[in-house]
Amino acid sequence: MSNVTIEDLDIRLSGIDIISKLNLDVAEGEFLVLLGPSGCGKSTLLHSIAGLIDVHDGRMAIGGNDVTWADPKDRGIGMVFQSYALYPTMTVEKNMSFGPRIAGIDKAEIQKRVDRAAKMLHLTELLHRKPAQLSGGQRQRVAIGRALVRDAGVFLFDEPLSNLDAKLRSELRRELKQLHKELGATMIYVTHDQVEAMTLASRIAVMKQGKIQQIDTPGNVYARPVNMFVAGFLGAPSMNFVEGRLEAANGGVHFVSPTLRIEVTSYPFAVPPQHGASAVLGVRPEHITLSPDGTHAAGSALVSLVEPMGSNQVVWLDAQGVSLAVDADAQFTPALDRKIGFVIEPAHVSLFDKQTQERL
Amino acid sequence: MASSNPARPRAKPRPWRAMAAQVALLPMALTVLGVYVATVLWSVRISFSSSKIFPKNDFVGFSQYERLFATDRWTVSVHNIVILGVLFIAACLALGFVLAVFLDQRVNGEAVMRTVFLYPYAMSFVATGLVWQWMLNPELGIQSTVRSLGFSNFDFAWIVSQDKVIYTLVIAAVWQASGLVMAVLLAGLRGIDESLWQAARIDGVSRWRYYMSIVLPQLGPAFGTAFVLLAVGVVKFYDVVVAMTQGGPGDASEVPAKFIMDNLFTRANVGLASAASTVLLLTVLALLVPWWYVRSVQAKREKR
Amino acid sequence: MSTTTTTPAAGTMAKPAAAGTGRIHPARRKHLTPGRLGVYALLITSAAFFLLPLYVMVATSLKPMEEIRLGNLFSLPLHATVEPWIQAWSSACTGLECRGIQVGFWNSVKIVVPSTVISIFFGALNGYALSFWRVKWAGWFFGILMFGAFVPYQVMMYPLVRSLAAVDLFGTLAGIVLIHTVFGMPVMTLLFRNYYAGVPGELFKAARIDGGGFWRIFFQLMLPMSLPIIVVAVIMQLTNIWNDFILGLVFAGRENLPMTVQLNNVINTTTGERLYNVNMAATILTSMVPLVIYLVSGRWFVRGIAAGAVKG
Repeated sequence: MSNVTIEDLDIRLSGIDIISKLNLDVAEGEFLVLLGPSGCGKSTLLHSIAGLIDVHDGRMAIGGNDVTWADPKDRGIGMVFQSYALYPTMTVEKNMSFGPRIAGIDKAEIQKRVDRAAKMLHLTELLHRKPAQLSGGQRQRVAIGRALVRDAGVFLFDEPLSNLDAKLRSELRRELKQLHKELGATMIYVTHDQVEAMTLASRIAVMKQGKIQQIDTPGNVYARPVNMFVAGFLGAPSMNFVEGRLEAANGGVHFVSPTLRIEVTSYPFAVPPQHGASAVLGVRPEHITLSPDGTHAAGSALVSLVEPMGSNQVVWLDAQGVSLAVDADAQFTPALDRKIGFVIEPAHVSLFDKQTQERL
Repeated sequence: MASSNPARPRAKPRPWRAMAAQVALLPMALTVLGVYVATVLWSVRISFSSSKIFPKNDFVGFSQYERLFATDRWTVSVHNIVILGVLFIAACLALGFVLAVFLDQRVNGEAVMRTVFLYPYAMSFVATGLVWQWMLNPELGIQSTVRSLGFSNFDFAWIVSQDKVIYTLVIAAVWQASGLVMAVLLAGLRGIDESLWQAARIDGVSRWRYYMSIVLPQLGPAFGTAFVLLAVGVVKFYDVVVAMTQGGPGDASEVPAKFIMDNLFTRANVGLASAASTVLLLTVLALLVPWWYVRSVQAKREKR
Repeated sequence: MSTTTTTPAAGTMAKPAAAGTGRIHPARRKHLTPGRLGVYALLITSAAFFLLPLYVMVATSLKPMEEIRLGNLFSLPLHATVEPWIQAWSSACTGLECRGIQVGFWNSVKIVVPSTVISIFFGALNGYALSFWRVKWAGWFFGILMFGAFVPYQVMMYPLVRSLAAVDLFGTLAGIVLIHTVFGMPVMTLLFRNYYAGVPGELFKAARIDGGGFWRIFFQLMLPMSLPIIVVAVIMQLTNIWNDFILGLVFAGRENLPMTVQLNNVINTTTGERLYNVNMAATILTSMVPLVIYLVSGRWFVRGIAAGAVKG
């Protein structure tokens, strides 16, 4: 298994800078997810790691070898595409052995590798079938098998689950996670689906417009997002944002807005807060609870919509024009168009600077 | 490889990567340059010389062109090809459209009908010309058969009439090519959304109105394609004439392509023939450029 | 290709759903309204127009000359004979020789087979290179090639004759095969390029990651995948090259004249009485190969037209 080191990467396509001065270190055996909206450069980055796109400047090393200009076949990588890209006229066995055959590896060795990969991926009975005769899950495994047989040091995944229906998607997601556990392989995975990112990753790199916004464990990215973009990207329904001011007085800090007031004295400010500084409060729907009788309420608002989800429900509040989503218990359904109080746990809030959108 | 000075991007190695592709495309490049470009240029060049049997390297300005347009045979051939072209294209488009529409009505035996309408296109133009030459034979063909049924004044000796021979060519050509137009238009018809007809029915539009007002406009591109294919065919018209009438009687069914071939080979008037070829080429250009322009404007509009 | 939905003929409307039952009545089965009769009438008349020459050809070819002189073009043969066919095949006069049109048949075979194979190979290669590999000048050349497909042969003919003569290829089999390859390149390249445009790019990327180079990917991956379009291309080229007249006339040389040229010679350069039955037999023999291909290939033939019609 190999690690990947990227230094000061510049990628330019059709004259436009897609990625500039990107630095990334992927540890051995890590499952790194590149997460972001369309056009953020995650696919471009993946393709350049694969060697399918030329870099403009920078350095890239896989397993300690400089591969900045190396051909895809010399990088020790395997890639799984969105459509799996299995060669339609070849059997599973031929698909998997295509690469090693080109590399001129001894036939016996190829057979050994194919058998080993097939066993690991439960493909042994399917070796003589053509891709058209395989199910979605089987095709994914063959695509992975292709990379396995090449003794790849790094496995690259380009949104492999995007084309599938929801049920198959969660099934294959679990298979993939299981596979990572068994192989201990270094995997770099591109997706726009934050659920996939959260469940599969050992670390998530959230990208926007060619830059990595934050790279950390799923838990940290979720709980302590570094800016409003990351905060809003993860979690569904997404984080609630309320604009307001900070009041620092008598040793206590409060966040105040027309609709709510909450004490944030124990918030881990990077820099001591200035009194009157404008800020944006971010709080996730599951960290707001409804308080029908108004006890400990940070504020109160009108119930505008209730979305039952079965095990829970999402209650939408209208606080003087500001929409708040609350992840509430299914037991108590609040009356529509009536005011109700809500409680916010200060330990779980995030505060952002209104101008820079950075975490305070 | 040691890392270089970050301020200067490293030279990209692997110039050979696209080399195989370039080598593979060499035949295409040679064909384009050697055949499609060089020959056209050479022909145009010869048209400005006084070449007869062999090419001469002199320059006589436009005298070949003047000679060309003073040649009766040429003016007759141009006159013929225009009549031929207009009638042929109009008839093919009309017949092809009608056939396509009627085939679109989900009739029984549609596949058989389609096979019948299209098979003439699988025959060579020479064969078509020969068959129709036989059928239009005044003594033993259609005229004589109809006359023997009692219509003793039935006149169908067009093929030997100076005025009417051109129409015989039209008949043969339409017989051969309408199937093609039908196929192209039928493909276009099949590409029209079924639900348009259902919406029209709800609006109370009759089937005929539907085809005229709703379908026809949508077939614009298909008609355009068919038109261009037919027009280019008209300009290249040669085989049928040689087989059916040999340009006769006299000059009456002479066409530009045959004029050029005769002057190139039989009459050894290479300069004159090249002038005629150049005129032919310009005609094709005049047809193509607007069409290509319209299509690229359409494509740009669709991209938005 | 008809689907199973039925649409009422002009002038009829489907019964509206019976109120209250919630059941929608199926569209009334097509019955012969005047409108529908008119459709069939026109179709059948047209079919007659198209089939008539074929009938005349076959009928004439089976009649002895005595019957033909009677002038009944449309009558069935009274004393049908295959003598004209035998004559056409083995003893008709094509110019100086009188060995029948079989000579032309084998010449055409000798021309068509290599021309088809070579022109399709280059079409596939060009289409592949243009679709998947970035070559800077390729776009321009492809554009000119496409344009070249419309240029009339006459413009290019004389220079080509001189060039081929200069390398001793004029009037040879190799020469005519080369000519057919060159003139077939635009359509073949377009055909394959459009086809490969529909192949997912990821397939190509995966093969590159596996280490495939230009030629290996072409021969081991793309060509095997191209079977459907190769069938279409074969049908198109077989038919078009077999039916060609002008190129064979000019470039094939006296020993290699294709069947179409021989046919024209048989019929239009005769002295003495014209043997119309032999002529028609010869015409059918010449048309048989493409007609058989047409009847057998059906849908693929139409696909070829559609593909060739989508230019630019």
